[in-house]
Amino acid sequence: MAKQLTIFVENRPGRLSSIAKSLRENNIDIRAFTIQDRGDYGLVKFIVSNPSQAYLALANLGCACALKDIIAISIPDKVGNFELLTSALAQNNINVKDAYGFVLQTNLKGVCCLEIEEAQSAAAQKVIQAAGFTILKDDELYNL
Amino acid sequence: MDVPFWNKEIETADRSRLEAIQLERLRETVGWALKTPFYQKQLRQAKISSADDIRSLADLRKIPFTTKDDLRLNFPRGLLAVDMKDVVRIHSSSGTTGIPTVIYYSKEDIDNWTDMLARCLFSTGVTSRDVFQNMMTYGMFTGGLGMHYGAERVGMAVIPMGGGNTKRQIKTMKDFGTTAIHVTPSYLLHIHTKLEEAEVKREDLVLKKAFTGAEPHSEDIRKKIERIWNIDAYNSYGLSELNGPGVAFECVYKNDMHLWEDGYIVEIIDPDTGEPVRDGDSGEVVLTNLIRRATPMLRYRTRDLAYLHTDPCPCGRTHRRLSRIMGRTDDMLIINGINLFPSQIEEVVMRIPEVATNYIIQVEKRGDLDHLTVKVEIYPKLFLGDPSQLEALKGRITEELRSAIILHPTVELHEPNSLPVSEGKAKRVIDLRPKE
Repeated sequence: MAKQLTIFVENRPGRLSSIAKSLRENNIDIRAFTIQDRGDYGLVKFIVSNPSQAYLALANLGCACALKDIIAISIPDKVGNFELLTSALAQNNINVKDAYGFVLQTNLKGVCCLEIEEAQSAAAQKVIQAAGFTILKDDELYNL
Repeated sequence: MDVPFWNKEIETADRSRLEAIQLERLRETVGWALKTPFYQKQLRQAKISSADDIRSLADLRKIPFTTKDDLRLNFPRGLLAVDMKDVVRIHSSSGTTGIPTVIYYSKEDIDNWTDMLARCLFSTGVTSRDVFQNMMTYGMFTGGLGMHYGAERVGMAVIPMGGGNTKRQIKTMKDFGTTAIHVTPSYLLHIHTKLEEAEVKREDLVLKKAFTGAEPHSEDIRKKIERIWNIDAYNSYGLSELNGPGVAFECVYKNDMHLWEDGYIVEIIDPDTGEPVRDGDSGEVVLTNLIRRATPMLRYRTRDLAYLHTDPCPCGRTHRRLSRIMGRTDDMLIINGINLFPSQIEEVVMRIPEVATNYIIQVEKRGDLDHLTVKVEIYPKLFLGDPSQLEALKGRITEELRSAIILHPTVELHEPNSLPVSEGKAKRVIDLRPKE
């Protein structure tokens, strides 16, 4: 499954830049990122060109980071498609723990990353494909 | 000024009489102590095998000191000198680690302690006409029940409120016409800020006196309390190892605390050498309990720094006065009247695998109350990337700390290796409270 890199960071100036510096030094390309604010700390989530290498680089720095399984879905950039996806999951009683999305080519191509409870992951993938969407292979996601 | 006495004969006895009482009771106490496994060992070291080996008060100095660690290492019964059937009360205080210290009291011990407290309270001018609200925590802490008994002996109407629940404290003061309270100084300041919220005006209250204890405070804090409340505030000193509150107390002159020398022998020592300091110099307070049979206590090192006044008090009492506590010789923190050792927090942190071993304890004032924050580091190998994992972890640490130290801290999670690495205990504690 595709991996997302999650990093625990304290909520204070300079933390993001030190992570960005480490990724740059290791020649890691960032495909997408998002930050979840939790008050005194935050969780930074990255999709990168080489998650294992990025994980090792950051772990070497002493960061608390984790690789998490996600389902990355290729989704045509069109009104109503997100509803189509989420209602298919809802009808099958599948819960989305965390999600984010981005447009790759306007009116053509977008990507939606979903984090689903492990027990429901296999079922979710079937539902997504049955709804007519393509799940990205790991390499396809990392090399967007 | 009217100077009330509970026991004028003893309170004004001349020094030679007091010393005669001390010697008699010290011999008796040594006899009790020799019934305990701990003191048998200690006294054997000092070549004392019976009360007869104590011939003068100077012989006290042959006896080795007793420390909090001694109490901890001999938990739970190493200092118990009577049969359990003769024990009527057990109190306990926090140890420097998860092992607490325990004190047993016989019926007579409670009676002696209660009498000392009645003496303390009465010396401030309260009588059976007063209504006394005890805002100290009840339970194993001696400040609650101890003072409760003393106030009843004076004949006051006692309201056993215990700590916290500020609005109800205020309403109760109004409903029952509370005239005297027992409280920590920081909580007394805090209550004042809540009067409006409780829809009670100062004029609705008939409060006249406060007995403040359990945390060291300055003369400035006393003046502030007296000014904003328009009451008299009296300083109080005690610790469970020496019964509890009532070891020393201020009289109507409020010029530091008479230490009841018929009940306790006080020494002020140099904490490094263990030798007595010169008269009037400050040092560590060492106390011997002369009035407790079930748990004798000889030369207990309180770790409190203070001095004894050498000049007499205008009230006529001959018992010397102990200054305000100026500090500690160990790293104990006092937070809202509760004693806390950094090692107690360390013990909890070490038990939790998801956090690393570095931690910081930060204490600050929020309003008039102390607030404790414990900062810990995430242990990278056990980080799963889940916010729910982190919140559960925070909750678990908070709960474990709360049950270990009674206080309710804020727990902050930090990145690995972001907190200062341990180099002695002091660096782990950041006390941001204003120094007085």
